[in-house]
Amino acid sequence: MKTDALIDTLAERAAPVGAGRAARILALGAGGGALVSFVAMVLWLGIRPDMAEAMATSAYWMKFFYTLLFAVAGFWTIERLARPGTSSRTQMTLEALPFAGVALVALVRLALVPAAMRMPMAMGHSAHVCPWRIVILALPVFAGTFWALRKLAPTRPAISGLAAGLAAGALGAFIYAFHCDESAAAFVALWYTLGIGLVGLAGALLGRLLLRW
Amino acid sequence: MSEAEPRLKALMVAALGGDQSAYRALLAALAPHLRAYFGRRIGPADAEDLVQETLIAIHTKRATYDPRLPFTAWLHAIARYKLIDHFRRMKLRRTLPIEDAQSVVAESDDESVAAHRDVERLLAMLPQKKRDLVRHVKIEGLSTAEAAQRSGLSESAVKVGVHRALKALSAMIGRDA
Repeated sequence: MKTDALIDTLAERAAPVGAGRAARILALGAGGGALVSFVAMVLWLGIRPDMAEAMATSAYWMKFFYTLLFAVAGFWTIERLARPGTSSRTQMTLEALPFAGVALVALVRLALVPAAMRMPMAMGHSAHVCPWRIVILALPVFAGTFWALRKLAPTRPAISGLAAGLAAGALGAFIYAFHCDESAAAFVALWYTLGIGLVGLAGALLGRLLLRW
Repeated sequence: MSEAEPRLKALMVAALGGDQSAYRALLAALAPHLRAYFGRRIGPADAEDLVQETLIAIHTKRATYDPRLPFTAWLHAIARYKLIDHFRRMKLRRTLPIEDAQSVVAESDDESVAAHRDVERLLAMLPQKKRDLVRHVKIEGLSTAEAAQRSGLSESAVKVGVHRALKALSAMIGRDA
């Protein structure tokens, strides 16, 4: 087709685009995925029975804030990466802060207990299932986020995939925290982060393949 | 900020509001810029395909433009992405130098290719050191500091060198005419 004819065709399709369209697409993908994940968590694992008592402990809020802040920074990063010509360095830096916080708390707590307690603290009673459950609960969010990114315009496929994976992993971990009754910061810093990281890795690999336009 | 920025941005904002004539004017204004941008990098034969692909991408991805940010930067990132995508499809491993976003609206159409040749011919007449300085500062658009770092000269030496080189060039053009 001649370029002039193409311009005519495109110009006829100048339907108005609201300012919030890009953010809405992302919210729809991630939000829809999170809803599916949450229902899956309730049906498959169930919300921890001692939820009311747990909410009075700082350990519960640490898991809650670590994963939630990680997810918020993660989706903010994606919102930038999905727009050509913007910088996302600030948002990426913010993404590292929740982990730095929980890792610091974990190190201090580990240093304060007798050496024999350290290993049980870090391993809890569910270390062998925790990362995998997070990966599984992250999958719907992962799919929704990739769906959204494909509608938007990420110019760096691998980095965008990594960011999408980390954000989906963090949101999956947030949802898993409704079930998980572990309370040690060291446990969260290790096994939650491992689960989130695995989803991030999958995102980086799939981003190269799926985030092309 | 380039002169093109406020004009193109105003057209884009109107187009996002559904103004067909502004949208047509925007796309028509972008086509020659894109043709020059791609033409200089991959030759005019393949450039037209990329011009069209980029125009289509501008259309389908227009929701990702944030009107609080420069339009030129958005446009440049899309054009550059399409260029990298082209190299990938051609199975070419090419590293693109970091470019200034203005480079996508800096030139227009085929005139610039001819002008580019003339500049190269004139530059060839300068001594190596001066030629490099002019190339860094005036063609690749490095800052004085960056050029100084690359050539190992002080910043003021770079400024003086470029000034003298340009003077010599204009003298040559005078002699040519």
